[in-house]
Amino acid sequence: MIPITLTVNGERVTRHVEPRRHLIDFLRLDLGLTGSHAGCEHGVCGACTVRVDGEIVRGCLVLAASLDGAEVTTIEGLSDSGEVADLQAEFVARNAAQCGFCTPGMVMTAADILRHHPQASRAEIREHLSGNYCRCTGYQAIVDAVEATLAQRRQEAGR
Amino acid sequence: MKWPAIGYIRARSLDDLWEAQRTHGAAAQVLAGGQTLLATLAFRLSEPGVLVDITRIPELRGVSLAGGALRIGALTRHAELARDPLVARHAPLFAAAAPHIAHPAIRNRGTIGGSLAYADPAAELPACAVALDATLHLLSARGERRVKAEGFFTGLLSTLLEPGEIIAAVEVAPASPAQRTAILEVARRSGDYAMAGIAAALELDATGRVAAPRLAFFGVGDRPVLANRANVALAGRVLDAQAIAAAAEALGDDLDPPADLHGPPEMKRHLARVLLRRALTQFLPAKEMAA
Ligand SMILES: Cc1cc2nc3c(=O)[nH]c(=O)nc-3n(C[C@H](O)[C@H](O)[C@H](O)COP(=O)(O)OP(=O)(O)OC[C@H]3O[C@@H](n4cnc5c(N)ncnc54)[C@H](O)[C@@H]3O)c2cc1C
Ligand code: FES
Ligand code: FES
Repeated sequence: MIPITLTVNGERVTRHVEPRRHLIDFLRLDLGLTGSHAGCEHGVCGACTVRVDGEIVRGCLVLAASLDGAEVTTIEGLSDSGEVADLQAEFVARNAAQCGFCTPGMVMTAADILRHHPQASRAEIREHLSGNYCRCTGYQAIVDAVEATLAQRRQEAGR
Repeated sequence: MKWPAIGYIRARSLDDLWEAQRTHGAAAQVLAGGQTLLATLAFRLSEPGVLVDITRIPELRGVSLAGGALRIGALTRHAELARDPLVARHAPLFAAAAPHIAHPAIRNRGTIGGSLAYADPAAELPACAVALDATLHLLSARGERRVKAEGFFTGLLSTLLEPGEIIAAVEVAPASPAQRTAILEVARRSGDYAMAGIAAALELDATGRVAAPRLAFFGVGDRPVLANRANVALAGRVLDAQAIAAAAEALGDDLDPPADLHGPPEMKRHLARVLLRRALTQFLPAKEMAA
């Protein structure tokens, strides 16, 4: 067992983890944070997207044991912070979540667009989300929600 | 699938790494970004005894200009390649390649050292390293050696790396004002490994004449393929439609693509020719003026 101390959604956490534990199982099974989903568990679907040290990663391709000193933000932390309340409202308004399995990962990745690419075009939004699979919506409503949020924020910022 | 039982060692220095290798021998495997290795663990394609995490070893980090060469530390992540100002200025081919690799979340972890060491024949960075005539710094408890990227890739997922040896850095000569580079690929879906791709580097003098052409292809062989005959067809010629056609013609003899999931060899040859024409057309003077 490997000792780790890290910050999860602003709270300091100390645990002993098995090396074979990936970040998503650590969050879900050890910390009870079930917002992050484990889909394929080999890097292709994006359901496990979380932030580590401020940048999005595939939680299923990160060893919990490697995260000593890291800062992790999950969909729970992101929601509580209010950072993407407008985006979430757009998701609801447009039915951009159906079964909801992909939604936490989609929102984490979309938040990355809002933060780093405020001028993103529709094509750039699609490109950025291309590693997040959704088996329900057909993507249009999701891309619409991100596009609308970006437009709204630009308008508010007067850009 | 869940990962098999493994050990984990966090190396904070090169000495920690050599120590872990001494203790665990062949069971020790280096872990960098984990974006390939941890996926293969899930498939049970690899079963290392102990993962030695090298991401905290300072000597393997950073991008710097030293002794007239650009040194890119092995731990440099794909996302860092895309936004590093020194890479943008002195090795723009690497910067242009990064957005083609996988997806943003994967680019935030995956490293150039891991990509070169894994040596996937369809990967972008090995082909770029070959096109730029990069030198790889290899390090082991026995010392350091330097090898050219061109000879480093020895076959499917195979390299010159010896047991216990790691890639410490990638070094390239800074781009000259005459240098032109481009990377293009065809993939079925954005972020997938390429069905075929080209990483091209050459110099154009004031009269439009080509010097030092290095066209490297990926996804069309068991390793990155330097198109020697196409390069010969271009060298010393004024770059124009005829020169491009001659290079595309010569390319047929450079490639011997295997049939794979994507299609038969003839399709790959066709794609490679199309990519060669598109890449070289970008370098035509008229286009440069329009840009
Ligand atoms: C869904 C998905 C899509 C992808 N698409 C692409 C793509 O389109 N193009 C592409 O190029 N890649 C792609 N990748 C792979 C990605 O680029 C990896 O980051 C890269 O291949 C390996 O880098 P890493 O740092 O993650 O290495 P790791 O996974 O940590 O290691 C890979 C191998 O290299 C060894 N290794 C790592 N670092 C060193 C070193 N410094 N010296 C010696 N050996 C070392 C490890 O022991 C291991 O054998 C994809 C990955 C995923 C999960
Ligand atoms: S669960 Fe991580 S990418 Fe699918
Ligand atoms: S809403 Fe069901 S997978 Fe996206």
